[in-house]
Amino acid sequence: MKVYIRSAACISAQKTFGNNDFLTDIVEYNSTRLTPVEPDYKEYIDPKLIRRMSHVIKMGVATATECLKGAGIDMPGAIITGTAFGCLEDTVTFLTRIIEQDEELLPPTAFIQSTHNTVAAQIALMLKCHAYNNTFVHKGVSFESALFDAIMLLKEQEADDILVGGTEEMTDTSFTVFTRLGLYKRLPVPNLSLYSAETKGTIGGEGAAFFLLTDKPSPYNLAELTAVNTFYKPKDTPDIEKRITAFLAANSLIPEDIDLVITGKNGDARNDEIHKQLSNSLFKNNSLANYKHLCGEYAVASSFALWLASNIIKNGTVPEVILENKLKVAAPKKVLIHNHYQNKYHSLMLVSAI
Amino acid sequence: MANMDQTVYIAGVGVISAIGNNVAEHLASFERGEAGMAEITLFDTIHKHTRPVAEVKLTDDELIAQTGLSTHNGRTALLSLVAAREAMADAAIPGLEALRVGFVSANTVGGMDRSEDFFVRFLADNSKGKLKNVFDHECGSMTEIVADQLGITDFLTTISTACSSSANAIFYGARLIRNNVVDVVVAGGADAITKFTLNGFNTLMILDKEFCKPFDEHREGLNLGEGAGYLVLVSDKVAKTLNKPLYCTLSGYNNSNDAYHQTASSPDGTGSYLAMKKALDKSGLKPTDIDYINLHGTGTPNNDSAEGTAVKRLFDPEYPPMSSTKSFTGHTLGASGGVEAVFSALAIKHGLIYPNLRFETRMSDLPFEPERKFLKDQDLKHVMSNSFGFGGNCTSLIFSKI
Repeated sequence: MKVYIRSAACISAQKTFGNNDFLTDIVEYNSTRLTPVEPDYKEYIDPKLIRRMSHVIKMGVATATECLKGAGIDMPGAIITGTAFGCLEDTVTFLTRIIEQDEELLPPTAFIQSTHNTVAAQIALMLKCHAYNNTFVHKGVSFESALFDAIMLLKEQEADDILVGGTEEMTDTSFTVFTRLGLYKRLPVPNLSLYSAETKGTIGGEGAAFFLLTDKPSPYNLAELTAVNTFYKPKDTPDIEKRITAFLAANSLIPEDIDLVITGKNGDARNDEIHKQLSNSLFKNNSLANYKHLCGEYAVASSFALWLASNIIKNGTVPEVILENKLKVAAPKKVLIHNHYQNKYHSLMLVSAI
Repeated sequence: MANMDQTVYIAGVGVISAIGNNVAEHLASFERGEAGMAEITLFDTIHKHTRPVAEVKLTDDELIAQTGLSTHNGRTALLSLVAAREAMADAAIPGLEALRVGFVSANTVGGMDRSEDFFVRFLADNSKGKLKNVFDHECGSMTEIVADQLGITDFLTTISTACSSSANAIFYGARLIRNNVVDVVVAGGADAITKFTLNGFNTLMILDKEFCKPFDEHREGLNLGEGAGYLVLVSDKVAKTLNKPLYCTLSGYNNSNDAYHQTASSPDGTGSYLAMKKALDKSGLKPTDIDYINLHGTGTPNNDSAEGTAVKRLFDPEYPPMSSTKSFTGHTLGASGGVEAVFSALAIKHGLIYPNLRFETRMSDLPFEPERKFLKDQDLKHVMSNSFGFGGNCTSLIFSKI
C-alpha cells in the first residue's frame, strides 16, 4: 500500500497560504523572531468563533479548512495533530490571571482552550466529525508522531482521507523565555543570510501546516509520502549515518538516488554541524536545500518542510531561495527531509513523485 | 510484517494514586473501601478548605528520594517514573535488551507545577525566574525524562487528548506492536495536581465541595486527583517467552469524537456511545459479553448523564456491573485512562469488581445503578474501561481474559 499526499496547506512566515506562487515573493526579516503571514480568517472560520480563538487555533483551523478544500474532502476519516507546546497563548493568559488575581474571579475560556488537543477538537467540532481524533505532543517530533499515526491508520485500513497537521504558536512570553534559554541569536540577523553567521542560536518561528493523506491513487495527488521515521539520541555522527542509510535501504534506495535533501539547518552553529558533516559524507553527492531561514525554527517546523517537498514534486520546480548547492535534477522525483531537534530527536521523511 | 490480527497481551502493571503507591496498596484500599480525598497540601491556594483533592501521599522530596532522580523537573515525571518502573519490574521480560521497546506516555500538564513557580517571579520581572523551572514545561519532557530512566530509546512519543490521553496511549501502544514497530511497549500516562488545573476546573464550576458521588442523582462534580498508571504490552512472540502468567489481552479499542462542544458532552453521549460500540466491534464482542464496566464516571452532572445515556443505549436491557473508581482516586485527568486500565487488568486477574463509593440515589433517567460493594471471586471474561475528555475525545478499551 502507498500513502499519498492529496493536498497541503501551510501558514508560515512566508506567503505560503492560499497563494499559487510557490515561494517567488520571499518575505525578508531582520530579526530573531519571524511572524506568520496570515490570511483574513473570516474567509475560513465563522466570525462568531474567531473572536474567542487564540492565534494557534485560528492558524490551525484555517489551514485545516484550506487543506480539506484543496483535497475536495468535506469529512476526513481521522484528525491528527502534533504540537510541542500546545495552546501557549491561552496557557499564559490563564496562568497570569491565577497569579495576578490570586485565583479569584477567573474566566474559564483561556483554561478551556489551553488543552493541547484544542486545535484537533475545534476542527472536529467545526466539521461535526466523529472520527478518530488524536494529538501528539512529543517535543521536536510532535508532527512526525502525528504523521506516523496517520500512516499506521491507513495501513490498518481503519480510516482514509486522514487530516494530519502540525501547529505551534510563539507568544511574547515564550519568545522571551526561549531567548533567555539561549535558543535564539543575541542580535537580529537577516533571515536570508542565516547560515553564514555561524554563531550560537537560531531564529524563532511559528506556523501551521496540514496534509490530507490517502491510500487512493489520483492524478491530483501532490506526491507520495514513501516513509517516515524518527530516532532518539544517536550516539554520534556515524550512528546518524547508519540510521539514515538503513532508512533509505528499507526503501531500496541509496543516498545517490535522492534528488534533493532538505536539511534542518537553523543557523545555530552547533545544530548545523551535524548537517555539515553529513553534507561531506553521506550526502556529498547530493543537491542540498534548507528551509528554516524562511520559516524560522519551531518544534513542528518540519511540517513546513513537508509542505515544501510536496510542492517541489507537484510543481516540478525548486525555489532558488532554498538551495545550498547546485541542483542536479531540475524536477526532483525523490526528496528526503532530514530534521533534527537539538540532536536528540531526528526525523526522516521521504517524499516521492507519484 | 504488520499483523493486525495479532493478539496483544498485558504482561505487567504499575500504578500510583491517592489510594496507594503501588499495585498492592491499591488492592488493599479497594478492599477497605478507603477513598484518597483530603485537603490540599501540595501548594497554597484559596481553595484549600473548600475543594477536596486526591493527592498521592508522597511529597516531591519523598518521590525524588524514592525514584533516585537527581533533579526535580515536574511532579508528573516523578509519578510517571514510579508507576512505569513498577510495570516493567512486574512484567520481568527476559532478554529485554534484545527486544525493540517503546514508551508511549500521556499527560496534560507537563511541567506546569514548576512553570507556576517560574511564572510568579517572571511576571514581576521578565529577566527573573529560574530557567531550570521552565526548561521542562513541555508534556514531551515528562516522557523523555522517564524513558531515559527506564533506558527506553527505540520508540518514544507523548499523547495529550485531555482526560482520554492515556487510554489513547495504551491502544496506540498495541497498534505499534501490531504494526511490528516494537515488541514491547510501556503505555499509559501520568498527571500531577497543579494550581493551573485546580483553578481551571474550578472556573468551570465542576468541582464538588464534598467527596464526589459518581452516578448519583445528587452528584455535584468531580474531585481532582493525580497519579500514574502503565501497562506493559507485549507481542504474541514475547508473550511466549515469559516466565509468569499474563494479565489479559487488549481485545478492543476505539477513539471517537463527540464533536459537540469544547468541554461539555452531548446530552445523548454520542461520542461515548460510538467509542464503546466501536470498541466492541473491534473485539468482536456483544454488549452482553462485557462483565464489568470501569466507567469514566467523573461525578459531574454532565459527564455521568451523557455516559449513562450512552450506556443505556448500548446495553439496555442487560446491564453488567459497573462502577467509577474515581470515587476512590479522584479524577486523575491525563492519567485516568492508564490508572483505570491497570484496575481493569487487575479486575480480570483477581476476579474483582470495585465499589462505587458514596452512591445513594439512582439517577432519575437511568434504569441502572453502579455496584456499591467490593466483589471478589468474580469470573470476569471481558472488562470495558471508558475515558472521555475535553475536546470531545472519547476512548473505550476492552480487556479480555486469556
